[in-house]
Amino acid sequence: MKQAVIVLILLLPALLFSQTPSAEEIIKRVDKNIVADSKIVVSKLIIHGRRGERSIEAKSWQRNIVDSLTEYLAPPREKGTKMLKLGDQLWTYSPATDRTILICGHMLRQSVMGSDLSYEDMMEDPLLQNMYEAEIAGNDTVINRSAWILELKAKKKEIAYNTRKIWVDKERFVILKENLYAKSGTLLKQIDVREMMQVQGRWVPKNALYKDALKEGAGTEMIVDSIEFDENIPDYIFSKASLRK
Amino acid sequence: MIKFLLKGLMRDRSRSLFPVLTVFIGVFLTVFMYSFLNGVLADMVKSTAHYQTGHLRIMTQAYAKEANQNPNDLAFIGVDKLLASLNEKYPGMIWTPRIKFGGLLDIPDENRETKTQGPVSGVAVNLFSETSPEPKLLNIKKAIRRGRLPKQAGEILIGDDFAKKLKVAPGATATLISSTMYGSMTMANFKITGTVQFGIAAMDRAVIFTDISDIQYALDMQDAASEILGFFPDDNYYDKQASLMATSFNKEFKNLNDQFSPQMGTLPNESGLSDYLAMIDSMAIIIIAIFVVAMSIVLWNAGLMGSLRRYGEIGVRLAIGEDNGHIYKTLILESTMIGIFGSVLGTLAGAGVAYLMQVYGLDLSFLFKNSAMMIPSVYHARVTFGSFVIGFAPGIISTVLGTAIAGIGIYKRQTSQLFKELEV
Repeated sequence: MKQAVIVLILLLPALLFSQTPSAEEIIKRVDKNIVADSKIVVSKLIIHGRRGERSIEAKSWQRNIVDSLTEYLAPPREKGTKMLKLGDQLWTYSPATDRTILICGHMLRQSVMGSDLSYEDMMEDPLLQNMYEAEIAGNDTVINRSAWILELKAKKKEIAYNTRKIWVDKERFVILKENLYAKSGTLLKQIDVREMMQVQGRWVPKNALYKDALKEGAGTEMIVDSIEFDENIPDYIFSKASLRK
Repeated sequence: MIKFLLKGLMRDRSRSLFPVLTVFIGVFLTVFMYSFLNGVLADMVKSTAHYQTGHLRIMTQAYAKEANQNPNDLAFIGVDKLLASLNEKYPGMIWTPRIKFGGLLDIPDENRETKTQGPVSGVAVNLFSETSPEPKLLNIKKAIRRGRLPKQAGEILIGDDFAKKLKVAPGATATLISSTMYGSMTMANFKITGTVQFGIAAMDRAVIFTDISDIQYALDMQDAASEILGFFPDDNYYDKQASLMATSFNKEFKNLNDQFSPQMGTLPNESGLSDYLAMIDSMAIIIIAIFVVAMSIVLWNAGLMGSLRRYGEIGVRLAIGEDNGHIYKTLILESTMIGIFGSVLGTLAGAGVAYLMQVYGLDLSFLFKNSAMMIPSVYHARVTFGSFVIGFAPGIISTVLGTAIAGIGIYKRQTSQLFKELEV
């Protein structure tokens, strides 16, 4: 019995160590949590700008994490405005002008509806493993959840954020906090998840604060009202024709 | 004696022609350069005031810090109330709100897809009101190259060069893609009613003009404006009055704890031209000083040559008992007459040529093709009272100075040596 206890004590660190997955494995699990055949998300953006607060509601249909259609539902001025992302192209439709415009070049760097998110953020490949090489940098506690700190370095030059620091929930494999940096090391954006929710067995952020570090204001809150995974979405939704419907 | 000297000058052309010509050229150049600098300066100040800063400019403190980026998210809200207050406090002044904005102008094809597009900077002013000072300030009617002025909501003017670049003509529809005051992307359709050319490279490259109400609606800027510009009623800038007004306004309205409270600035400070204007002033003085010195040296030389040529004459005059001082005085009087005559001729010619340039202007647009500064491409001279006075100082001073230096030799002549010198 005594011998067995000694062996167990000696093996305990090794057993514990073997429970910590590699950085690569962690980001694969994070990505897996995001990937779905389709998603329908109803969300609200609360923009805490320099001149006060504004709220925007939207419904998004997403397919294979590549294509998406977003329709703005409120406020009245934005109602009916749609954005269609097909692969690496992004169109916006304004019902007031009945025009569909391709957003490209420097326009992609503009803020989405005055929020702390840019169109470039929308166009990014959401799968971290495709874009970054990861390294575990430590452990931390975020919103009372135990998390790994991972440092990510871009694999390609054209990626908007050269390095990222992410805090990943050790149990749920969800990003709880994220700092995005430029090549110079300047902090560009911060994302803080404030509340999580479980939907169809997946943990997803319910409330997150996005803060553009180069912009004044208190950031943009993104609140997910509802999310449905693997719903059957008709193909015509992801076509330019759907913008004018 | 003056009549006697005048007769002498007229009969002996070698005594008058060369000095008069020298004075004429010097004065002509001085008057012309002075009028030209005056005109360039006035054009620059006027176009800066009309197109950029007004004589006085009101913006929020936050907007003022980044004014060159047109940050309409920091624009002033409550324009109507502030305008009423300004009209009450500073009666006689002209106040007008403007919105400056940037974006893309997109021209659709028959399927409403993008045919061409280009980045634009826009100015929205009060175009429709009959009492609006803007059409006159911006000289819009004169600037129209094709089409007509907007008459109703949803109509715009675009730069003539920009229209050619986008291959659009009056009557076409264009979509402005820009950001609202709250940062959302916004699109608005406009009908192009005409094209304009202001003769200012930075304005003509890519500009759209529209009524302020259209842009207030498009950019979600109800009762808001980027800036409120103030102009003196006679369209001339008065620095002392402007500074006093700005001080009293800032004392009443500017709140250091509220970045959206308004602040007023004067033309030199708002345009960053204060140092430049001071430099131009110094330049005028330097140019005149150079002419005085150069002409004095030339005329001194002319005086010396004249004295040599008139060596015998002066010797005879001394020999028959004329006083050294009297001879010196007559030479100075002669040179004063030459100076006055040359200055009158030079001033008339300089002012005449400058007046022609005031009317017709000098087109230097080829030099400013890529200029981002709000400077005119066509330069005009400006003939003022100063133009008729400025030439007399170098004209008369240099002639008298030249003769005075050359004439000193008279006092060096020894009466006892005169007969020997004159070989009598």
